[in-house]
Amino acid sequence: MVRLIKNLRELYRYRVLIQNLVSRELKARYRGSVLGFLWSFFNPLLLMVVYTIVFGFIINSRDPAFNSSPWLYALYLFSGVLPWVWFSSSSIESANVLMTHGNLIKKILFPAEILPVVTLTSNLIHFSFGLPILFIFLFIFGKYLTIYVLFLPLVVLVQFIFSLGFGFLLSSLTVHFRDIKDILGNLLTFWFFATPIVYPLSFESVQKSGVLRTMLNLNPMTHIIGGYHDCLFYGRMIRWRSLGITLIVSLVLFTIGYAVFDRLRDSFPEEV
Amino acid sequence: MYAIELDGVTRVYQKYSARHRFQTFKSALVKGDLFRSLKPDELVTALDDISLQVEKGMTFGVIGENGSGKSTLLKIIAGIAKPTSGRLKVEGKISALIELGAGFHPEISGRENVFINGIMLGLSKKEITQKFDEIVGFAELEEFIDAPVKTYSSGMYMRLGFSIAINVNPEILLIDEVLSVGDAAFVPKCLDRIDDFRRRRKTILFVSHDLTTVAKICDKVAWLKDGKIRMIGEPKRIVDAYLQDVTEKQEEDFQERKVQPVQAEAPAAEPLPEPAPKPAAEDEKREQRWGKREIEIRKVTLKSLGGEEKHVFHPEEGMVIEMDVAAHKPLKDFVFGIGIFNSQGISCYGTNTNLEDFEPLSISGAGKVTCRIERLSLINGTYYLDVAAHKRDGYSYDYHRNLYSFLVSSMLKDVGIARLPHAWNFTPKIKFKLPGK
Repeated sequence: MVRLIKNLRELYRYRVLIQNLVSRELKARYRGSVLGFLWSFFNPLLLMVVYTIVFGFIINSRDPAFNSSPWLYALYLFSGVLPWVWFSSSSIESANVLMTHGNLIKKILFPAEILPVVTLTSNLIHFSFGLPILFIFLFIFGKYLTIYVLFLPLVVLVQFIFSLGFGFLLSSLTVHFRDIKDILGNLLTFWFFATPIVYPLSFESVQKSGVLRTMLNLNPMTHIIGGYHDCLFYGRMIRWRSLGITLIVSLVLFTIGYAVFDRLRDSFPEEV
Repeated sequence: MYAIELDGVTRVYQKYSARHRFQTFKSALVKGDLFRSLKPDELVTALDDISLQVEKGMTFGVIGENGSGKSTLLKIIAGIAKPTSGRLKVEGKISALIELGAGFHPEISGRENVFINGIMLGLSKKEITQKFDEIVGFAELEEFIDAPVKTYSSGMYMRLGFSIAINVNPEILLIDEVLSVGDAAFVPKCLDRIDDFRRRRKTILFVSHDLTTVAKICDKVAWLKDGKIRMIGEPKRIVDAYLQDVTEKQEEDFQERKVQPVQAEAPAAEPLPEPAPKPAAEDEKREQRWGKREIEIRKVTLKSLGGEEKHVFHPEEGMVIEMDVAAHKPLKDFVFGIGIFNSQGISCYGTNTNLEDFEPLSISGAGKVTCRIERLSLINGTYYLDVAAHKRDGYSYDYHRNLYSFLVSSMLKDVGIARLPHAWNFTPKIKFKLPGK
């Protein structure tokens, strides 16, 4: 634990480097594309269009929770998908990050824990580019932002800690077991549907089955995504208890993830 | 005052068997031996109980064969790898020239890479801004600094990497073989910079196979062998001892190689069915023996002037070629000859008794023919030896083509076919620092 705190302080010392690496990731990502940074806006916008067409019009889900409006349903979807994309793409990238930056670990003195942090942060920035699009559409369809949007950073923080713990675990274990990359892809698909993103928790079939409800409640992402729904879509107070417990769970995962990472650290230069 | 102190540093690497390498998470789970399978099958000791001190301001060289642990040592000092056991103390900021431009991102510009790489190496943004022009100037990349690094040639890449690393202004500089990739113009510039470091009394740890440079620039040299320090001390002495060891090893290799063809030839005591040489086939096949063996060359030995059998020679050394010959019937027409060829097949020297006007009178029974070369005067390389017994008109009794070889080995890098005996002299106003002083 003492070591953890000491290392975290070390991490803070490297903030300039993290900052630079994040901006490098962002720059390199769109280098050579015509629209460049605009893609950060277009990607979520197009995603939103796709979900609206598929779930709003083709599947025509007119749940009373959304006043039978496909547009409201699309907004609900979008406010959950956006943070989910942040989570899933950082997880996938984290699983690879030590290998893709193997050169840094092998050839120069470089604190490896920076890499998952950089991955998570650059994806956070993409996520935040999507937020204005969401806000605009919420406004257009009469879901005005409320004072509760101020709790958004808190929800983001919980997700950040949770994802970082998960990222540490993934990145260090993948060095030894490359299979994790493939397992992860499938796991994330399952996880996506095991989180109330395409359906609300208030869905009839969910409410009727106690087992299903318990299962969903055991999923930390349920509460994190729920937090986004609360402060963005519903415009209401976040549920402190569920988010508080999720925060504790996230901190535990973070500690475990970091401990595993730290334990395996010395093997990275040889194995990546 | 020591800049680097190692005390009993040992580094053990885990070696996994081929079976293990393909072990996957799935199979580990299925077999339930996840943790057991993480244990290595074999341990390889890359560094074994290394203790050494490098004083501040010293240029310290590390030499040794490939796989002797030099790079591991450097990585441990740089902090990239951790010692398995033992203590390491490093005082001062380190910059490691282990792989130049290791952290470059190909998609972004040289300018941005300079900043990121500089920060990785421990500079602040402000320091980089101050040194930016110097870094780019030294790398001679002013024109290209805003182009993405992926468009750089490997030389440009290396120059920029070197330039950043050297401008980190470390107190301790670790250099691992990096100079071997530079072009002819850039390497002297780098060496100049290194010299500059030495003058400013910074500590340098220099790992290289270039023994001449090591002997020239280092104050002290350690020779690593199989992960242990074999010798440590004054550069010239260590380099010489190392060379001696390498020579001995080459000698052993030659001995082993030599045994094969001789054994293969041994049963051929009777005359071979095919007597005359075929010129076309002769070129195709490098190693050959032909002739009816009326005079047989039974054994060829290379010796030093002192009579000791050897295969690795110094250019200034002499060589004795000794042939055990036997005439199966008394003969009156015979010539003994030798020819020395380099690895490209160029004849370096050839002579025979006839060319030197020795008139053959008689030969019968067994005897010895020796040719004593007072000084080899050849440059570094592998040489092949032809020996022959033939008639004056060219009819071969026993011709051995390329069956024997020897090595000439020294630190000198002169070029050509032969090392002509020479001496340099200068009038008093032309001054040199003499080699080895």
